[in-house]
Amino acid sequence: MKKNIRILLALLSVFALIVSACGDDDSDSSGSSDDGIRIAIVAPSAENDLAFSQSIVDGVGRLTGVSEVAITPGTFIVEEAATAIRDYAEDGYDLVIAHGSQYGGPLQEIAADFPDTAFAWGTAVDTFGLPNVSAYTAASNEGGFVLGQLAASIGSNVGIVGPIAVGDAKLYVDGFQLGAEAGGASVNVTYIESFSDVALASETAAAFVENGADILTGTAQMTVGAIGVAEQEGILWFGTQSNQTSAAADGVVAASQVYHWEVALQSLVNDISSGQLGGNTYEINLSNGGLVIEWGNWDVPNNLSDLVDSVSQSVINSEVTTTVG
Amino acid sequence: MGEFFTISVLIATFASGVRLATPYLLAALGETLGQRSGVLNLGVDGVMLMGAFFGYWTVLETGSRLLGVLIGILVGLLMGVIYAIATLVFKADQGISGIGIFLFGLGFSELLFLEQVGTPRSIPSFEKLKIPLLGDIPKVGEILFNHTLIVYIAIALVPLLTWLINSTTFGLNVRSVGETPSAADSLGVNVNKIRTMTILAGNAMAGLAGAALTIQLGTFQNNITNGIGFIAVALVYFGGWKPGGVLAGSLLYGLLTAIITKWKTLGIVSGATASLTTMAPAVLTVIALAVIARRSTTTPTALTIPFSRGD
Repeated sequence: MKKNIRILLALLSVFALIVSACGDDDSDSSGSSDDGIRIAIVAPSAENDLAFSQSIVDGVGRLTGVSEVAITPGTFIVEEAATAIRDYAEDGYDLVIAHGSQYGGPLQEIAADFPDTAFAWGTAVDTFGLPNVSAYTAASNEGGFVLGQLAASIGSNVGIVGPIAVGDAKLYVDGFQLGAEAGGASVNVTYIESFSDVALASETAAAFVENGADILTGTAQMTVGAIGVAEQEGILWFGTQSNQTSAAADGVVAASQVYHWEVALQSLVNDISSGQLGGNTYEINLSNGGLVIEWGNWDVPNNLSDLVDSVSQSVINSEVTTTVG
Repeated sequence: MGEFFTISVLIATFASGVRLATPYLLAALGETLGQRSGVLNLGVDGVMLMGAFFGYWTVLETGSRLLGVLIGILVGLLMGVIYAIATLVFKADQGISGIGIFLFGLGFSELLFLEQVGTPRSIPSFEKLKIPLLGDIPKVGEILFNHTLIVYIAIALVPLLTWLINSTTFGLNVRSVGETPSAADSLGVNVNKIRTMTILAGNAMAGLAGAALTIQLGTFQNNITNGIGFIAVALVYFGGWKPGGVLAGSLLYGLLTAIITKWKTLGIVSGATASLTTMAPAVLTVIALAVIARRSTTTPTALTIPFSRGD
C-alpha cells in the first residue's frame, strides 16, 4: 500500500510539472503592442522591501507607454539573475531592467546575444559600448546631504546603519555624513556587511542609541530592523530609496529621499518605442526631480521645510560638496 | 578600545549578547531534541520563517503578542507534521526533506507577506521584564535578569530539556531510538511515535523562535531569519547534542556578535578590519566544530537513518 501511495504521489508530481510547464505563458513573444512596451525587472531583493527593489518597481509603475510589467525579485545571486534576464529576453520583452550593480558581468554577455532587446542596468554608468544597453544611477549623496543637514538641525548625535560600502548605499551614507557634520552633528557610521540582516541592523541601531544617538538613518532592506529600534526608543529616522513612512508609527520617519526612477527611464521607454534601444547613461538627482525629499507623517515646522529647500538648492548649484573623495 | 572597557558599555554588550542568543537557542534546543531521536532537520530556518510571518501577521491584525507567539508555535507544529510525514511515513531522505521545508518556508512566507501585508509595518514589541530582587543585583542583574519573557523561557528550557532527556522515561526512549532504534523497538518502544513527538516538539520550538524574533524586532522583512536556523543546526553539533552545550554555543555566538557590533559602533574597528571581524562568529563556530569533531563524538548513532521494523 505504501509503495502504491508513493507511486501515486510521484505520478501526481510529474503531472503537476507537466501542467505548469505547458500552462498559459503570460509572455507574448510578439513584442510591444500599440498599448506600450513590455518591461521586465530583475531585482536582488523583494519588490516590497521598502528600499532598493521597491524603488524600481514603483518607478516603473509610474511610467507611461508600458503595456506589461513582469518582476523577478529576490535574485541576489548573480547566476539566478542571469537566468531570469536571459529568460525575459527570450520571451520577447522589449526592455529588461537588471536592477543590481552585481549583474553587469552576465548582462554584458546576454545583451550581446539579444541585439533587438533593450537592457537597462542600474545602479551603474557603464553601457559596455553596446547600443542596446543603457545604464542608470542615483546621486543619492545629494539627498543624503540634505537629510543630513536636516537631521543636524533636529539632533546632535547621528547613527548611520549601512549595509555594504558600495554603490548608491555608500553614496547616501557619505552624503548624509557630510551634511550632518556640516550642520554640527557628530556622526557614527557602521556597515553591517549585509543588505538583509534585519536583526543585526536592529542590534546596531540599539548600540548607537546606547552610545547616545538621537537620530538614526540607514539604507537597504535590512533597515526595517533599525526603524523598529527608532520607534521603540522614540528617535527620528531618515530613510532613503523608498518612502519608509509606513514602516513605523506616525512621528518616527521624519523624511525619506525617494528615488523616482521614472524620471530616468521614461525617456528610455520613449526611445524604445521609436526604435532606439539604448546606449545612454541616466542619473536621477535633485535637479531633474529624480530624487525627492518626502516628509513623514508629522507636523513639519516651516523652518525645516525652508531648510530642505535651501540646502537642496545649494546642492543643485554645486555650492556644497556631497561626496567623499 | 578604552571606551569599550567601561562598566556601562560592558553590561550593555553582555546583555545584548544574551538577547541575540535567544532565537539561536530556541531553534537549536528544538533541533537537539529531534537529533537525539535520530532525526536531522535542515529545514529549521524555513520553519522559523513561517513562524516569524504568522507570528508577525497575528500581532499586526490583533495587537496580541501572546497570540502571535502561540500562532508561531502552532505553525511550527504544522510544519512538523509535514516533515514527520515526509521522513517517517515516506522515509524521504532527511537532508533533502529538510532543504525542501526550508525552501517552502522561505518562498511561502515571502508570498504571504507580499499578498497579505505588502510592505513592512511595525508591530508592538516585547517589553522587558525585570526579575524582582535578582534584577537588582549590581551588574549581573542587568545582564541576566532584565530581559523579555521569551529570553527567560529560552533559558529555562535548557534545564528542562536536560532533565527530560536524561532523567525521564521519555528521554530514555528518545536516546535509545536515536542510538539503536532496532533494540528500542525490540523492547517495545514505538520508534516512529517517539520520533514524531520529537519532530513536532522541535518544529514547535523553531516556530516559537521565529515568532519571537519578529515580535522582538517589531517588524517583518523577507528572509528575516537570515540563516539563523542553519546556525542553530550547527550549534547542536557544537553543543555535543546536550542542551547545556547548546546554551554555551548560543551565548558564545550571541556575545561575539554583540561585541563586534559594539566595536563597530564605537569606531574601535572600521574599514577592512570591521569587515573581517564580521566573520568572527561564523569562523569561531567552524573552528569549534572542527575541534569537536576530533574529540570522541556523541553523535546519535542512528541520526538521519530511517527506521523500518525488520531492517
